[in-house]
Amino acid sequence: MKPTTGKIIGVSGNMVTVSVDGNIMQNEVAYIIKGNERLKSEIVRIGDGVAFLQVFESTKGLTIGDDVEFSGQLLSVQLGPGLLKQIYDGLQNPLPELAEEFGFFLPRGVEFKPLDETKKWPFTPAAKVGDTVIAGQSLGSVPEGIFDHQIMVPFTMKGEFTVEEVAKAGDYSIVENIARIKDEKGKTHNITMSFRWPVKIAIEAYKEKIVPNDPLVTQARIIDTFFPVAKGGTFCIPGPFGAGKTVLQHVLSRYSQVDIVIVAACGERAGEVVELLREFPELEDPRTGKTLMDRTIIICNTSSMPVAAREASVYTAVTLGEYYRQMGLDVLLMADSTSRWAQAMRELSGRLEEIPGEEAFPAYLESRIAEFYERSGLVELSNGKVASLTIGGTVSPAGGNFEEPVTQATLKVVGAFLGLSRDRANARRFPSIHPLESWSKYKSFIDPEEIAASRVMLQRGNDVGQMMMVVGEEGTSNDDFQLYLKGEFLDNVYLQQNSFDNVDAGTSKERQQYVFNMVNRVLKTDFQLDDKEKARGFFNHLRQLFIDWNYIAMDSAEFKAQENAIDTLIKENSGNEKGL
Amino acid sequence: MRKVYNKILSISGNVITVKASNVGYEELAEITTQRGKSLAQVIKLDNDLVSLQVFAGSRGVSVSDEIQFLGHPMQVTFSDNMLGRIFDGAGNPRDKGPQLTDNMIEVAGPSVNPAKRIIPKRMIRTNIPMIDIFNSLVVSQKLPIFSVSGEPYNELLARIALQAEVDMIILGGIGLKYDEYMKFKNTLEEGGALSRSIFFMNTASDPIVESLMVPDLSLAVAEKFALKGKDVLVLLSDMTNFADAMKEIAITMEQVPSNRGYPGDLYSQLAARYEKAVDFEGAGSITVLAVTTMPGDDVTHPVPDNTGYITEGQFYLHHGSIDPFGSLSRLKQQVNDPKSSRKDHRAIMDGMIQLYAQFIETEEKRSMGFRMSNWDQKLLKYGEQFKAQMMNLTVNIPLEKALDRGWEILADCFTTDETRMRTELINEFWPKN
Ligand SMILES: Nc1ncnc2c1ncn2[C@@H]1O[C@H](COP(=O)(O)OP(=O)(O)OP(=O)(O)O)[C@@H](O)[C@H]1O
Ligand SMILES: [Mg+2]
Repeated sequence: MKPTTGKIIGVSGNMVTVSVDGNIMQNEVAYIIKGNERLKSEIVRIGDGVAFLQVFESTKGLTIGDDVEFSGQLLSVQLGPGLLKQIYDGLQNPLPELAEEFGFFLPRGVEFKPLDETKKWPFTPAAKVGDTVIAGQSLGSVPEGIFDHQIMVPFTMKGEFTVEEVAKAGDYSIVENIARIKDEKGKTHNITMSFRWPVKIAIEAYKEKIVPNDPLVTQARIIDTFFPVAKGGTFCIPGPFGAGKTVLQHVLSRYSQVDIVIVAACGERAGEVVELLREFPELEDPRTGKTLMDRTIIICNTSSMPVAAREASVYTAVTLGEYYRQMGLDVLLMADSTSRWAQAMRELSGRLEEIPGEEAFPAYLESRIAEFYERSGLVELSNGKVASLTIGGTVSPAGGNFEEPVTQATLKVVGAFLGLSRDRANARRFPSIHPLESWSKYKSFIDPEEIAASRVMLQRGNDVGQMMMVVGEEGTSNDDFQLYLKGEFLDNVYLQQNSFDNVDAGTSKERQQYVFNMVNRVLKTDFQLDDKEKARGFFNHLRQLFIDWNYIAMDSAEFKAQENAIDTLIKENSGNEKGL
Repeated sequence: MRKVYNKILSISGNVITVKASNVGYEELAEITTQRGKSLAQVIKLDNDLVSLQVFAGSRGVSVSDEIQFLGHPMQVTFSDNMLGRIFDGAGNPRDKGPQLTDNMIEVAGPSVNPAKRIIPKRMIRTNIPMIDIFNSLVVSQKLPIFSVSGEPYNELLARIALQAEVDMIILGGIGLKYDEYMKFKNTLEEGGALSRSIFFMNTASDPIVESLMVPDLSLAVAEKFALKGKDVLVLLSDMTNFADAMKEIAITMEQVPSNRGYPGDLYSQLAARYEKAVDFEGAGSITVLAVTTMPGDDVTHPVPDNTGYITEGQFYLHHGSIDPFGSLSRLKQQVNDPKSSRKDHRAIMDGMIQLYAQFIETEEKRSMGFRMSNWDQKLLKYGEQFKAQMMNLTVNIPLEKALDRGWEILADCFTTDETRMRTELINEFWPKN
């Protein structure tokens, strides 16, 4: 069948209207032909003989009458071995390869293959002739870094299949056949190691979704202890500009104990991605001994790159995440920032002249956000393995005010809210997650009662602090003052964490449990400090020892020595150590 | 010769509509009115209807005025002859020098491939402690000064430009008051920097549409020089005027405003300009310093708000000094680590700010009439010293001197414990007497 074609009849920003001569479908990919450039675009609305395209590239120079070709395909990504370590734009173009070919600047109207089709992968078959398989089941695997990349029956294939042939162990490229399977009607299908999947549709080739319960160890103390994230859960990080969203996400992408990390840099600064690009290949992942890059995929559609591709980029990222989850792995996806994605939707909606909702966001904003986070989850695969995709998104609320559409829509659907505070960031209390306003629905690996008790301490310390602003220190009792100092102590030595110190930046589960005990002991001890000056001096000293302790590796001899010093100081000043 | 059109169908705001064919999106046209010639740019194509925004404004445009399409989008000349020259927002000379038409280059060209970017590592020393210690400026950074009218932001911009060791300066004036423009010019002249500067100047009395082109022209020229190995500092003042000009066009085009009348793509538009800041591996760089005046001194106003989300930090200029709160250089950690700077740099930076925050609290308490504890007294003393010896903009000392001064202030006001400094640093840097 001849592909449908059309001609441009209007251009406004990145929205192009096209008169069409044949069959087209919503969200189909189309190409605008301009000389030897092929500008990729997507149908976002269909009228009477007219298609509205959002163009993923600059529309400069387009003219009425320019030719358009429709592809018959939904916007999709290519799946297969070789995705790890890649740096893609929002449409899965590999940026390093583009750089190699075109130099400093991003060319227009060029599409590159996402995966290397010449590279040979050593394939080990798993399925046997005669086996019955369904979509998502493994036919064999190839090693991709430290993982066994499962070669699965494409998720697009419906029904049961009988394996007729599986390739022998050996080296194959992703375009070579590695199996032949027969469907229920007797039709045979050749299987390669790679296939395409439409990004806006969730991959559901698993047995069932289960409720996320196990904590995902991020090694950020305030998160793991107070506002934990579950494997397969969701969280959001809203905060005004400069509050520390991106730094926190980078820290999480480094220290989180998961198999695969996908970073979607969505409409933010290019410079921030570069830090990942350049540093991850150098940093060792202590869990595997390989570099961090070996477990990472970066989707990079930064703020000056085309807006429509930004809209696509979060879907590209989540699709890759679902793909690796399908292999039985724990995947963490982080999108920075979901507000830029929402703004891309708003720009598009404005160009389509849709009726605007609050702050001109489209009426479907909420459902799109919900749909996106819904693609996370803990799943049981058909082989019984459990795997997870955890999704965390930053939110950049206008004016730093959480009462705005994107934050509110996100809060409705996520399981943990890590709200960053301008005041804490200004006071350099990092990570600036607000300890009294944030929340999590997931459970921590630390005893909930202990957490509750320390949270009360934090709250009361904060109350005393507020009160002192009114009545002054002299109007505050010594006991209250001690409460205040304890709250500050907890904040200073435990909630705050130095992301730029190699030891302090990531605190293991064991260390958190260990240190939290010690912190708790301080919180519960009634110190014999008769006046405020003395109390302040004591806590300053204790804090100093603790902060130094935080910088010492747990397996070193100094660790124990420092602990002893802390212990001595506590004992010297305690009247009665409650709870010991 | 391209076809001439002389039937304007509608004029609304600074946007005119004509019937024409074979016109490219964003193509330029020249319109001849009784006031002279002006450029106009295509902003919408709808079948054979072409909407253009007229750079000189639509005042005095008659429906039968001649329009000729030029067959290319906005361009600007690029050569060493531009140095020392002053142009307007349409790229024409506004000094007495000759028109330059050789080597025309495209403006608002494609983005740099993120994979080609490098981690910025070179600090730009300004000898202003609030910048050098607390918020180091880094080559390829994009950074606005957030301020309100009346504050000396243009003076600060000019001072940094003079003190920074860059190869050349490009000043983009956007709706700048005439006397501010002259002040810039005189400062750079006196500092002997005019011959390595290029101005694209749109003053408050010039056409507003032209002001929209100023950042693009400045950055396009900067990019070419950077590719030739030059470290270029681009100054843009005032980007709030730029955003307001965009708002005006958007309203004329009946776009749905998102926030206080600004178009929904304000973020993307600003980002497209600021993201031109870059350090080209093996060549030069572009550093962008801008002024963003905050209407009503409100940082949540859409212009400073969107700017803050794009730039790599901001300097708040308040009451004549750079406010330690809110001011931030996000690239500072690239240049203030022990490998690149003195090993107490970070500790002084964090420690002094935390103490300053406590000073502010104490001052609040004092203003409410509370008795000041011993600790409060210390903080008060500290705060005053910090303001006088660090924040004051007349302080003009190199980074190392400023760090030493930091330790002296701390030692003068506190015991070692009270500073929260790591013991190791205290042993090395705490003044011994
Ligand atoms: N954990 C941290 N430790 C030390 N400094 C931090 C930390 N987090 C953030 N900062 C400081 O704050 C700056 C801004 O942080 P970040 O870029 O993460 O903000 P953001 O919330 O992502 O802002 P935006 O919305 O504008 O992107 C950093 O450049 C750094 O100076
Ligand atoms: Mg950020």
